[in-house]
Amino acid sequence: MAIAESTNQVSTNWKEVKSRSSRDDRQMLVFMGIIACYLVVALAFPLYAILSKSFENNDGAFIGLANYIEYFKTPALTYSIQNSLFIASITTLIVVSVAFLFAYGLSRSCMRFKSGFRVIALVPILVPSLLPGIALVYLFGRQGMLKELLFGHDIYGPIGIIISEVFFTLPHALIIIMTALSIADARLYESAESLNSSKLRTFFTVTIPGARYGLISAAFVVFTLTITDFGAPKVIGGDFNVLATDIYKQVIGQQNFEMGAVVSMILLLPAGIAFFVDRIMQRKQVALLSARAVAFDPKPSRVFDWAMFGWASVVSVFILTILLTCQYAAIIKFYPYDLSFSLNNFDFDRMDGGGWTSFFNSLKLASWTAVVGTVIVFFGAYMVEKGRGFNAGRGVFQFLAMLPMAVPGLVLGLAYIFFFNDPDNPLNFLYHTMAILVISTITHFYTVAHLTAVTALKQMDKEFESVAASLKAPFYKTFMRVTVPVSLPAILDISIYLFVNAMTTVSAVVFLYGPHTALASVAVLNMDDAGDIAPAAAMGMMIFYANVTVKILHSLISKGILKRTQAWRYR
Amino acid sequence: MRSADPYLRIQNLTKKFGEFTALSDISLEIFEGEFVCFLGPSGCGKTTLLRAIAGLDIQTFGEIEQNGKDISSLPPAERDFGIVFQSYALFPNLTIQRNIAFGLENLKKPKTEVESRVVELLELVGLSDQKDKYPAQLSGGQQQRVALARAIAISPGLLLLDEPLSALDAKVRGKLRHEIKDLQNRLGITTIMVTHDQEEALTMADRIVVINEGIIEQVGTPQEIYNAPETTFVADFIGSMNFLSGVRAGENRIEVGEQVFTIDNALWKADSEQNHDVVIAIRPEDIVVGAASENCIDASVDSVEFLGPFVRAELSSPALSGQSIQADFSANRVRSEQLEVGSKLQISLPVNSIRMFNRASRV
Ligand SMILES: Nc1ncnc2c1ncn2[C@@H]1O[C@H](COP(=O)(O)OP(=O)(O)OP(=O)(O)O)[C@@H](O)[C@H]1O
Ligand SMILES: [Mg+2]
Repeated sequence: MAIAESTNQVSTNWKEVKSRSSRDDRQMLVFMGIIACYLVVALAFPLYAILSKSFENNDGAFIGLANYIEYFKTPALTYSIQNSLFIASITTLIVVSVAFLFAYGLSRSCMRFKSGFRVIALVPILVPSLLPGIALVYLFGRQGMLKELLFGHDIYGPIGIIISEVFFTLPHALIIIMTALSIADARLYESAESLNSSKLRTFFTVTIPGARYGLISAAFVVFTLTITDFGAPKVIGGDFNVLATDIYKQVIGQQNFEMGAVVSMILLLPAGIAFFVDRIMQRKQVALLSARAVAFDPKPSRVFDWAMFGWASVVSVFILTILLTCQYAAIIKFYPYDLSFSLNNFDFDRMDGGGWTSFFNSLKLASWTAVVGTVIVFFGAYMVEKGRGFNAGRGVFQFLAMLPMAVPGLVLGLAYIFFFNDPDNPLNFLYHTMAILVISTITHFYTVAHLTAVTALKQMDKEFESVAASLKAPFYKTFMRVTVPVSLPAILDISIYLFVNAMTTVSAVVFLYGPHTALASVAVLNMDDAGDIAPAAAMGMMIFYANVTVKILHSLISKGILKRTQAWRYR
Repeated sequence: MRSADPYLRIQNLTKKFGEFTALSDISLEIFEGEFVCFLGPSGCGKTTLLRAIAGLDIQTFGEIEQNGKDISSLPPAERDFGIVFQSYALFPNLTIQRNIAFGLENLKKPKTEVESRVVELLELVGLSDQKDKYPAQLSGGQQQRVALARAIAISPGLLLLDEPLSALDAKVRGKLRHEIKDLQNRLGITTIMVTHDQEEALTMADRIVVINEGIIEQVGTPQEIYNAPETTFVADFIGSMNFLSGVRAGENRIEVGEQVFTIDNALWKADSEQNHDVVIAIRPEDIVVGAASENCIDASVDSVEFLGPFVRAELSSPALSGQSIQADFSANRVRSEQLEVGSKLQISLPVNSIRMFNRASRV
């Protein structure tokens, strides 16, 4: 057939061919639908409830923008917007610089003790965001050990909040920037070197541009975490009001739910914008990733290595000081009058806040969240990644899975009150139960877990499903026999992520716990509120111990499982 | 060999990715037991066509019929085929034996039957002693054979292979070519193999489908494709080919520069009228040294390239108005004629080796 000929031929049938769906396709669609329904009920409906609440009065009648108008007429409330933006911007600036230098040292120098620094830098993830505030009280409070260092400034207020937030957000920024730096292409550096480019010039022309998406992404993550965090300003904020504490005060203090909803909507704005910008950045980063890069192998350099070591030490000392101060506070009798050793502070049953039960409740919540959450998240990610057809539905699912990241915990918690505490809601029975705590926590941390699952699934040979289909294997067989075993490392990562966060989270659950479901992290908050700061520190440390134990267990178990089930990974 | 009805019939198949047309209006028939190769340059749409046949990426328009049944819109799970991907896609956490048994286990057959079939297949691909290893512990060639065994385990009516040998080194590739062809012969299974390696296609295929930029250029046996290319693309893509631009100067005469070539009417692919621009083509190995009654030209050697058993010489002749021509000479001849750069010689272009195309279709 010559070219001239073939173009003249006219196809007779111009009806577009649509693939018929197989039984597998339909079953997978049903499962995806079920998980999507979960997300709709646990996320979309509550968000709608809080949105509509912000347009209603106390009796539930629609009053348009009246609540918003009242909000903007109350300077005491609108100040918080400025305050929140101020705190978040300064924290972002500090954290991104600190984390970048730290990550630069880890990935580009030959300094000693790298793995130790890495472990220390990730410690803040294991404690509630209330903890640095408590440590700061001991360090710089009215009777603080290092009070003089502040030259008369008050730690209660922006200074305290910013230091706490730096501690709290540092590991998150570090992880993102480390990833960005580690994918930088060594070939660029080699060519820069062969062009005799100076170190500084290479830094600005190669390193910074290569890591720019990582830096921007880290900045937005830190900004979002800070502006939505409520633990630090609650403990160390003093009279300095921010949006997150306003929500808490409106709801818990004044029982003004409508105003709480209004502030929530205002808090959603910056968090939502930051979220979308971050998504765009992540996508560009991925594009960079797929280019085949050669790993960078740093060469020793005395001065540079020691400078980086110095910086990493400073950061590590900062983190350890906060942690050890809490440890110290937890085990002395009565600071600053009696510094003898005592475990009295761990006698939680004598204090308000829920006692030891709250700690065990937290363990229960974390375990349920880890197990149920991992199943839901991984199954959902599998359906959306590996199913065929129904692309519109898949898009909606992806959106629902990404949404939780843009919703601050407090907003989610308040939304749950409006939705689940509504007497007309058939799901009302969930209110104040452990189940609602599990649901809210899974939903709150859904996005990162989902992305981890999706990444792992994308790394798998995409033809597994094609081969399985040609062999007439039903999808659940391929899923159970191949997908799950091969993804086991990622599955374990997801479960530990959910566990640790369920242990430390305060924001969503603070509105939702009931008389029988008090939680450790909430107990820290309440004991601190009641002036029992030392027991609060002790409970905070209990959370830390639990998380460390579980992390160690997790790594032992995953090593064991990997050895047994993944013999194929080793040649 | 051919029965009246084709086993696989593809009609007016078009595949679009958004605005981009990857395949346009493909029609093709494949017969039972045939070994067909899809051959073409990278990005021409070979894989796309294979995936459409498998139902993995369904075509935008057109129909596919397998064994008399319209399968155009069936999902892959409801079609009858086995497939081997370039990556092999072996399940990394299952042993060789479990990989091969994966499809058999879905047939609801007794366990013993499954196991004996696995043993049989392991023997067939010569991997009986490797059955308890994991895929990562095998060489590329062994993995390829596992993938093949897994694909044919459930005795599919159609075997699809997407560049199954491209990830292997040349030695193994040569060996596996024979093994696959041999296996296919024994099983008599209708097979489609995608490749961009012409040698692979020429040695293995019963028929070759040459694809370029989403359309079929030619379908034919390896001999037909090599000896009687229907388009300049096929002529150029398969083997080496000299092209000389000229004009038609008479019933079976072509003028190239000052030289007039006699050609055989039967081999004309062009339908041009007198004085129209045409291209004549001849393979380097068809050029003969020495005087002959027809198509004889004086040439000088511009460069020589040693290619092992033969030497490829770049020749030029004032008569061809600057167009150069490549010719292959055996090492012997080069020695006996003392050919080297600058040598003068007489060559002739045998009439039955010259093909002619319209210049418009020159790529
Ligand atoms: N999913 C897709 N979306 C958009 N374009 C695609 C997609 N798959 C293939 N194409 C395009 O269709 C054309 C044909 O692709 P195909 O994979 O069939 O090529 P091929 O002949 O198999 O090439 P190769 O030898 O490199 O494998 C290419 O231009 C390719 O870029
Ligand atoms: Mg291909």
